[in-house]
Amino acid sequence: MVANITKSKSNVVLSTTDYKVVGTRPIRHDGTDKVTGRAIYGADFKLPGTLVCKILRSPHAHARIKSINTSKAEALPGVRAVVTAKDLPQPEDKIEQMGETAVNARFLSDNVLASTKVLYKGHAVAGVAANDQHIAEEALKLIDVEYEVLPLVLNVLDAMRDDAPLVHENLTTKELGNDTGRHSNIASRIHIEKGDVKAGFAEAEVIVEREFDTATVHQGYIEPHAATVLWNADGHITVWTCTQGSFVVRDQMATVMDLPVSDITVVPTEIGGGFGAKFPLYGEPVCALLSRMTGRPVKYVMTRVEVLENTGPTPGSHSRVKIGVTKDGRITAVEGWFAFEAGAYPGSAIGAGVPCAFAPYDIPNGVVDGFDVVVNKPKSSAYRAPGAPQTEYAVECVIDEVCEKIGMDPMEFRLKNAAKQGVRRIDGPVFGVIGAVETLEAMKAHDHYQSPLGGPNRGRGVAMGFWFNGGGPSCCTISVNPDGTVTLVEGSVDIGGTRAAIAMQAAEVLGIGAHDVSPKVVDTDSVGYTGGTGGSRTAYATGLAAYEAAQDVVRQMKERAGIIWETAAEDVDFANGVFSSKSNLELRMSFKELSAQISSTGGPITGRANVNPSGQGNTFAVHIADVEVDPETGKVEIIRYTAAQDAGKAVHPSYVEGQMQGGVAQGVGYALNEEYFYDAKGRLMNVSLLDYRMPTALDLPMIDTVIVEVANPGHPYGVRGVGEVPIIPPLAAIANAIYQAIGVRMYRLPMNPGRIVEALQANHR
Amino acid sequence: MPTVHIPPLMRDLTGGQGKAVVQGATIRQVINDLDATFPGLKARLVDGDRINPAIAVAVDGEVIRLGLLQRVKEDSEIHFLPAIGGGAVALP
Repeated sequence: MVANITKSKSNVVLSTTDYKVVGTRPIRHDGTDKVTGRAIYGADFKLPGTLVCKILRSPHAHARIKSINTSKAEALPGVRAVVTAKDLPQPEDKIEQMGETAVNARFLSDNVLASTKVLYKGHAVAGVAANDQHIAEEALKLIDVEYEVLPLVLNVLDAMRDDAPLVHENLTTKELGNDTGRHSNIASRIHIEKGDVKAGFAEAEVIVEREFDTATVHQGYIEPHAATVLWNADGHITVWTCTQGSFVVRDQMATVMDLPVSDITVVPTEIGGGFGAKFPLYGEPVCALLSRMTGRPVKYVMTRVEVLENTGPTPGSHSRVKIGVTKDGRITAVEGWFAFEAGAYPGSAIGAGVPCAFAPYDIPNGVVDGFDVVVNKPKSSAYRAPGAPQTEYAVECVIDEVCEKIGMDPMEFRLKNAAKQGVRRIDGPVFGVIGAVETLEAMKAHDHYQSPLGGPNRGRGVAMGFWFNGGGPSCCTISVNPDGTVTLVEGSVDIGGTRAAIAMQAAEVLGIGAHDVSPKVVDTDSVGYTGGTGGSRTAYATGLAAYEAAQDVVRQMKERAGIIWETAAEDVDFANGVFSSKSNLELRMSFKELSAQISSTGGPITGRANVNPSGQGNTFAVHIADVEVDPETGKVEIIRYTAAQDAGKAVHPSYVEGQMQGGVAQGVGYALNEEYFYDAKGRLMNVSLLDYRMPTALDLPMIDTVIVEVANPGHPYGVRGVGEVPIIPPLAAIANAIYQAIGVRMYRLPMNPGRIVEALQANHR
Repeated sequence: MPTVHIPPLMRDLTGGQGKAVVQGATIRQVINDLDATFPGLKARLVDGDRINPAIAVAVDGEVIRLGLLQRVKEDSEIHFLPAIGGGAVALP
């Protein structure tokens, strides 16, 4: 059943289908353990006899490894084993299929332990297993590594120059399956276009073209990477780790260790934030090698410095955006040019950033180029809507300037040009049912947009965001208990309350309460292949698996009712948690009543489902930011913030609101403060959370939320992914608000106090 | 018959042609037919027995998950897009 859609009184198109469980706000199943500290995170996991692993990391950002001598470290009492890249299988330099995705296995392995060159400060070179942390740290000092230091390159534009030092001597630029053979730091170029761009700009009456820079920023999860690995005497490896994707870790381990996946079990612990960056492998293969050598479990827990220096970050970027419009506010043509820092190995999020850039709008003529560029920084990782914040920030800022030039309200302009069903994106595909217009209408009518700003140095900014959302494989089994409860087994690591959101979808089908479902996140041997918790896929895809598994339970329960009532299963109906006979209206049994009889009617009932959906539906967000800028200090205070987005159907509205607020909080940090500072030698200078300035509760106002529900036809309850899109609009919404407050446009992130004062001074000269 | 939208970066092999109507009930058949008309396209689109990992295929607006085995309809619209990757592991 797909939710009906009608216009509500507030002119917001909403799903009007009411459900008994979906759309309510039960307390999360894992809440008690998490607030009482009983939940087991990566660093909490302990096995008897566990050794401590520490990693030796490169002091140089770019250097050739001439030799490594580990003999002194191995001789230190309490040291059990030392490993280097020579202990890894060293896979070929080619793209390997790895479960659901494909990666260059050599790059993956080389990022775990550098073989011939180090490509960024902090690149792992060797691993030590010791009786305790102090011995392990002492042993690291005894490993002699001889380096030949090489010239480095840290910035994307510098790296694209013909005379730039090459991060990889053998890297050639690929263009959608075509190897150009050109040696450079440009790993790939992508290019999309639509219509007649030249004619579109000729038709334009106003054209604005601007360039932008965004900083390298970290995902900022509070929990550090941690794992414990046991290479058992029977050859089987078990990994306990805080990951977003247990199967993803299993696949990567199998690739790096050159082992079949059946030799590896990954047990996901609870996870204290990931935001896309807890998919890659780091110390897990090192611990595996050390465990094989010692016969003991080996555990690593990154320090904060290691987390910031070696994991995550999202790519820094340079952008150029040009938009042409008529004076009545119709976009006639656009151009985009985006270059992303991939970090030490190819694979930034440019592939998503390029098609997202102009996706919120109906663009008749457009061309967009994107470049994936390697630099001497850590390998970039996905970060919440990877690639989209960088490109959409630039577009949304130019749109604000366009609106100013033609004297048009920015919300009206966006409504006039908004994407809708049937619109073809620049990269080709046509939009299905989407809620861009409905989300804009919700914000145009919102009290925030209608309220005066008041006070000097205040400004209001608006911005929009688009994200694809993800589908893909998920599996669930549901076992019926005799007391009428069920146990739901899933492979999706719980982030943001997904246990609850998935359990609620099963409960809705079965006509029982959310707390009658006990969701269990299990290891890779205990459930079918399930994609990672990322890409805003989990509530949609694993929720769909839970829905289908529950339907399987209902089918089997109908058979049992038929046995009891001595009628055919086809004679049994099920609605609102009650089984009834079509032929005898007096025969009725609740789900709980029938559950009590399953052992006497044929034994256990387990429903199962394996799904691999692609109908996830896209999502849009519209944000309004009010700021006050202190012109003396450059400090920006966010005085009011409202975020709206299309959730399709909010399964658990509190968790949807939490995702929206979390996305805004990270977007505020991205916009105003967060930035990796490197010195000329490529050393990260702000390697603590004191110096790497993420927003705290004191920096943020209450973030108001508006959930718009335009049902996704690809899901029985209309669910769309919600986790990623809210990080996109804050960057431009705040930049546009700052402009309105002080009359200066900021083209570089973060817009920290120093840069604002500098911009104000330049403006007054 | 299905319509294939040729990506701009592959139009050097099609003489600038941006669209092609092809025969085929699966993506594999579509690509083979495309390659018969525009030699060299298959080499860019396919890597061994799979779609080139740098490329995603959208059929009727949805990025498909069955690769070469994906069935297409008589009136399907097919796009070859840059794969959406992020971090060490591609995301959907």
